[in-house]
Amino acid sequence: MSKLKYALYTGCTAKQSTPELLSSTLAVADKLGIEIIILEEASCCGASHLQDFDEFLAHVLNARNICYAEKLGLTMITICNTCQLNSAMTKHALDTNPELKAKVNEKLAEVGLEYKGTSEIKHFLYALIDEYGLDNIKDKVVTPLSNFNIAPFYGCHNIRPSELHHSSNGGENPYVPTSLDTLIDALEGNPVDYSHKNKCCGFHVELQANHTSEVLAGNALVDAIDNNADMLVTPCPLCHLKMDTYQDDMGKVIGRDIELPVLHMPQMVALALGCSEKELGLNFHVQKATQIFNDVSK
Amino acid sequence: MSNDKRKVTIKAWRFNAETDYLPYTKEYKMEVGKDELVLDLMNKIKWEHDGSFSYRRSCRHGICGACAIKVNGKSVLACKQNAIELLDMFNNEITLEPQSKKRAVKDMIIDKSDFWDKHAQVKPYVVADIDPRPESESKQSIAQFNAMLDSDLCIQCGACHYACPALEVNEDYLGPAALVAAFRFTADTRDEAGKERLELTAQPKIGVWDCVKCYECAEACPKEVNPIEKIGKLHNMQFEQGVAQSNIATRHAEGFVRSIRQYGFLDEADIVVYSEGYLGMYKHLKTAYKMMKSGKIHWQDGVPFIDSMPKIKNLDEVQKLIDISMTNKL
Repeated sequence: MSKLKYALYTGCTAKQSTPELLSSTLAVADKLGIEIIILEEASCCGASHLQDFDEFLAHVLNARNICYAEKLGLTMITICNTCQLNSAMTKHALDTNPELKAKVNEKLAEVGLEYKGTSEIKHFLYALIDEYGLDNIKDKVVTPLSNFNIAPFYGCHNIRPSELHHSSNGGENPYVPTSLDTLIDALEGNPVDYSHKNKCCGFHVELQANHTSEVLAGNALVDAIDNNADMLVTPCPLCHLKMDTYQDDMGKVIGRDIELPVLHMPQMVALALGCSEKELGLNFHVQKATQIFNDVSK
Repeated sequence: MSNDKRKVTIKAWRFNAETDYLPYTKEYKMEVGKDELVLDLMNKIKWEHDGSFSYRRSCRHGICGACAIKVNGKSVLACKQNAIELLDMFNNEITLEPQSKKRAVKDMIIDKSDFWDKHAQVKPYVVADIDPRPESESKQSIAQFNAMLDSDLCIQCGACHYACPALEVNEDYLGPAALVAAFRFTADTRDEAGKERLELTAQPKIGVWDCVKCYECAEACPKEVNPIEKIGKLHNMQFEQGVAQSNIATRHAEGFVRSIRQYGFLDEADIVVYSEGYLGMYKHLKTAYKMMKSGKIHWQDGVPFIDSMPKIKNLDEVQKLIDISMTNKL
């Protein structure tokens, strides 16, 4: 297999509140021999909120980010579902609407850039599965996750709207998603089947509709717990933040004790590939997760 | 052609609100051909197995919206959804369910009054003072029609409404279908109630700011109306037309510009302080403490004048692009 090389769009959370996401992503890439160039010029994707305020501005800024991947001639990979959605939405809008593309390029020309539409945008989860390959990952597993029942939590913005994502997510069916399950299988973990795996975590209304947010996240976690999950794993750091940070608050709202470690997808892979404790960064979790590192090889 | 038929067992959720204490599931064995629809399966249950099985149906052409149900939690318009496609999707195990179990009256039939109440709230019609004896028609150009996007294709089937998780938790929320109608008539150049609708849809708990951005509505719509796209347009229109009031939700949206201009990244601590206001921060002290303890945030993050944020390369480009591209303000 020729060496894979990607331009990594880190997003904001991996540079701030979830440093463990960035360190585990880089550790996984290193173990698998995937070359990563971090797009240090890239700005925030707007996370759907900037889009609510000013959609055109959001398109201009996202197009600028993609320009830097295009300059490198690489596929842009994301490690956040919401970054993936918003970048892909700009790409789709510009690639299908020449008038909008011209307007955006008029602005970009002012800073010496041009959006061409030559780079693909893919979440790291699907780069691992569709381009690196599950069999190849399986070959690299040094500490199988067979001790763990792992609940996959897909996160909305990688699977919906399906039409937008189909070219980059291997045609994942939003009603019956399988990618994370198959990845857990490849790492020899036990995927937990539960009905909330493709539901919303409520992150985006955390501030203005807190009750809604707590109920949605709480219901999903409780469903995973009731189906014997030892941990939950998600490809989205926003799902992670919601579901890791607020377990005691959502427990109060829905009247249940909730305690479940929530891992980032790359942390789970890093665990199976034998990456170091520091690279995994489980100490950065609010819900205690450090014991997982010791339990994995027992 | 009987060889082409697939032998399956279809499950249906059964409940009669007048006589049953609890719902139950019944199984029906049948053969399904490649061109059959979910509506055909329901007809077979009623005509060949159990005449008491109840569901709504009318046009059979995907235009009246009566036969919308759920199958394994997926919203479907029964007269449009191919049965084999669905059986393939769910490994031949499907259960027919009403759109909302808590609103079930009998089997697939639900009390849809909440849907119609929400719909009525947004005044889903053109509000205009029109001469009772007009000299000419009130025509729309193709461009004016296109500005409504495809919102006029909504058939009020309720697929998005009952797929919306925000609505399930917050009963005051207008929900995707009513918000599509609000956009449809606000974007209509003949209409004069746009501002009123925008004010309604800007209200906390009721309007667009309670959308959780899950895209369930976009996935559920059998007419490909993409409700969340229209919710996004309403967000933008509130700022464009000066309807948006400064509150936690609008500051959260606009606050992104402030962070991005300064760092390129979103300043996660600042966006909470800016959205809540300093007085509102007491709500977040416990969370901040938890996050600090695990090293997710640092003590200096929320303190003004101490700059601990990372910055992107070529930040000046982003600042210039904001200056020349931003069209809205709060």
